[in-house]
Amino acid sequence: MSDVAVGTLSSAPVSRHRGFARGEQASDVIFRGVLYAAGILVLTLLGLIIILLFHGGLPVLYAFGIDFFTSSAWNPVTEKYGAVVAVYGTIITAVIAVVVAVPAAFGISFFLTEVAPPVLRRSIGTAIQLLAAIPSIIFGMWGFFVVVPLMATYVQPALASTLGVVPVIGTLFSGAPIGTGILTAGLIMALMILPFITALFVEVLESVPPMFKEAAYGVGATTSEVFTAVSIPYGRTAIVGAVMLGLGRALGETMAVTFVIGNANRISASLFSPGASIASTIANEFPEAAPGSLKLFALLELGFLLFVLSFIVLAVARFLVRSRLET
Amino acid sequence: MNDISTTGLIAAERKVNVDAVDDGIKILVENLDFFYSGKQALFDINMAFPEKRVTAMIGPSGCGKSTFLRVINRMFDLYPGQKATGRVMMDNQNIVEPQVRAAVVRSRIGMVFQKPTPFPMSIHDNIAYGIKLNERVSRAEINERIEWALTKAALWGEVKDRLHTSAIGLSGGQQQRLCIARTIAVKPEVVLLDEPTSALDPISTAKIEELINELRSEFTIIIVTHNMQQAARVSDKAAFFLLGRLVEFDQTARIFTNPREKSTQDYITGRFG
Amino acid sequence: MSQRLPLRLARDATFRVVATLSAGVALLLLAWILWTLVSRGASSLSTALLVTDTLPPGRGGGLRNAIIGSLIQVGMAVIIATPIGVLAGIFLAELGDRSLLGRVVRFINDVLLSAPSILIGLFVYQILVRPFGGFSGIAGAIALGIIILPVVVRATEDMLRLVPPALREAAFALGAPHWHVVANVTLRGARAGIVTGILLAIARAAGETAPLLFTSLGSLNWSVDLTKPMSSLPVTIYQYAGSPFDEWVGIAWAGALLITLGVLCLNIVSRLLLTLGRGK
Repeated sequence: MSDVAVGTLSSAPVSRHRGFARGEQASDVIFRGVLYAAGILVLTLLGLIIILLFHGGLPVLYAFGIDFFTSSAWNPVTEKYGAVVAVYGTIITAVIAVVVAVPAAFGISFFLTEVAPPVLRRSIGTAIQLLAAIPSIIFGMWGFFVVVPLMATYVQPALASTLGVVPVIGTLFSGAPIGTGILTAGLIMALMILPFITALFVEVLESVPPMFKEAAYGVGATTSEVFTAVSIPYGRTAIVGAVMLGLGRALGETMAVTFVIGNANRISASLFSPGASIASTIANEFPEAAPGSLKLFALLELGFLLFVLSFIVLAVARFLVRSRLET
Repeated sequence: MNDISTTGLIAAERKVNVDAVDDGIKILVENLDFFYSGKQALFDINMAFPEKRVTAMIGPSGCGKSTFLRVINRMFDLYPGQKATGRVMMDNQNIVEPQVRAAVVRSRIGMVFQKPTPFPMSIHDNIAYGIKLNERVSRAEINERIEWALTKAALWGEVKDRLHTSAIGLSGGQQQRLCIARTIAVKPEVVLLDEPTSALDPISTAKIEELINELRSEFTIIIVTHNMQQAARVSDKAAFFLLGRLVEFDQTARIFTNPREKSTQDYITGRFG
Repeated sequence: MSQRLPLRLARDATFRVVATLSAGVALLLLAWILWTLVSRGASSLSTALLVTDTLPPGRGGGLRNAIIGSLIQVGMAVIIATPIGVLAGIFLAELGDRSLLGRVVRFINDVLLSAPSILIGLFVYQILVRPFGGFSGIAGAIALGIIILPVVVRATEDMLRLVPPALREAAFALGAPHWHVVANVTLRGARAGIVTGILLAIARAAGETAPLLFTSLGSLNWSVDLTKPMSSLPVTIYQYAGSPFDEWVGIAWAGALLITLGVLCLNIVSRLLLTLGRGK
């Protein structure tokens, strides 16, 4: 420590440099300003969406108060509107979609990460991702023209004669097999969110450190045991988040549902019966809603409700997914 | 004890300016402390880097030598929560003062990193990038400067026919020499080398060391290295760091043959670190 | 342990078979959808479809105005959203960790990434269509722009963060100002990824129907006037598919085939681009 060389600061060598400038470069101040402006713009825009959707529905809240959320009426003639049917349809179809899609997503992600030969993994993975790229309206057309007739002739009668006779859950699978309805909408949506959930699962599973898996293989576990005992528990937070993200997508799905849900303002115990979701109600009723009419406000209020629903689900999902993948 | 004799020999054999007393001081560090996210990483560093000499900084991982390097050229500015107090004087200016423009400090104090960092552009553009940032020069001058820098970095012969191909296609050793060429093309006064050979094979390492020897007549060089023998081979003075403190700073030959501090001796003989 | 081994192996085999089957079923469903599109849409697909506008039922007609309308609206959406999205993405990557604003923007953006697109339509209806007297192509373009925006923001931030920190530092070490480092080094390194993100966003916007129902509405006539209602492929498909005329349903299938092919091609191209960009 005592050995710090003692010397004089050399007189500056002949240098091209003009010494040291002080303060920030103007170009960087501008740069930062532009970036902040872009950030604030995005925030404002997205914040406005929330505010305007809420604002748009206010007249309906004045007209009906809390009744809007508890009433199942939807009658343009008497101008009575309620959200219950649409909320019920939205939640039940989204739940069907998730219940069907999640086990399949586990299977496919197990196939893609552990079973498929490495050369095929990429191409099969990409093909399944292409399913997610197909526009919603295409699923709707395919669902309406191809799946609905099959549901009516084969699937629903078969379900009615098997699950339909089981006590308690039997009512879910009873009723006229007309093809369109809650069940069909849920199934089509399951197919739509399947690739999305699968991609997230694969991402989570691939982030499991090989060390953990090797340790399990080391004690003689089979591939599927490693998958269920190591990989899934390791990524469970993000996996739950991925499922929530899928649920969030299903809640707001519009076109495909509009085609196959049947668009009837009714709640029935049977999954075969037609119904409506928030998004399908908005898409269907909007063309007949005159500007300034109570109906339009009711639709805007439904939109706000959908926003709140999906915001909660997506916010929780994001928290879960990011917390895992970022550490 | 075997180690000390070989590395000591290497240092002694070179006999380069071992006893030079008339070295000018390029950078003078006084009472430097450094903190990141509330933790102190450097404690009261005082030392003077001689002009146009090679100073090596050695010490076990995490001793603060790389951190020190990143303080000298203000690289720590990029990360919120990092803060330096004290003085790093160059041309009578404390260059760690926040008001001093970091970009200018960095154009006068160049840096080469542990791993090669070629930009995703052609070899030519890699070197032109830094020149164009700091000077307004003609195309011909740029080309001239590129040739000069690449020649200095002993890379000209290998790449002169493919200056306009991507720099990513070069080998690791070539990439590192390109990075050195890119740094000196800006004509800095000081060049910081942060373990420049740790990612390279022995042949490339030898080339880089040769290069350092070439550059010492024009630049003040500060090199952080884990390789004791490398420090002995290339440096005039050596500083030993431990736990964020400067333990010993002396002529390289002396550090490797007859260190004052016991911990220095323990480290260079391989007893820890 | 040993008498349980056969059972465990059998269970593992079953697991593998079920997993393979589920992947197979997913691929089959994809093939089924594509086959449906081809078998029902190919017969109505002709050059006439591309050069004729939509006409009243019974008079044939094509999709020219719908295709052009979609191109205009998606194109404008990209022009509006890309600069803002890339800048906001740079903001998050470069300054986002330093400020509360950064965290809030990232959060809101993430939520919007998956938010129902129909709500974007309602929003633009509220903010543009209602106050400014009517449905318009520009409103449709802005709605699609808002759908593209979060995708671009996210892609830009993610791709910038993939650029090795050492590369940034190396540029700073030469004395480059911040904007210069971003513009010439990190953005360059992230270019392939950002372009991929934008292409995927375009693919998504091109197939969006719901937000256009409330904004550009759709039009059966040839119109390139951005202040008037404008036709678009998805909305036309929606209207035609739900019509009682076989001819219209046929055109809807042809349109569906076109749009799906376009969207899938964009997806494949962008994925290839990313692979090539990474392979360098």
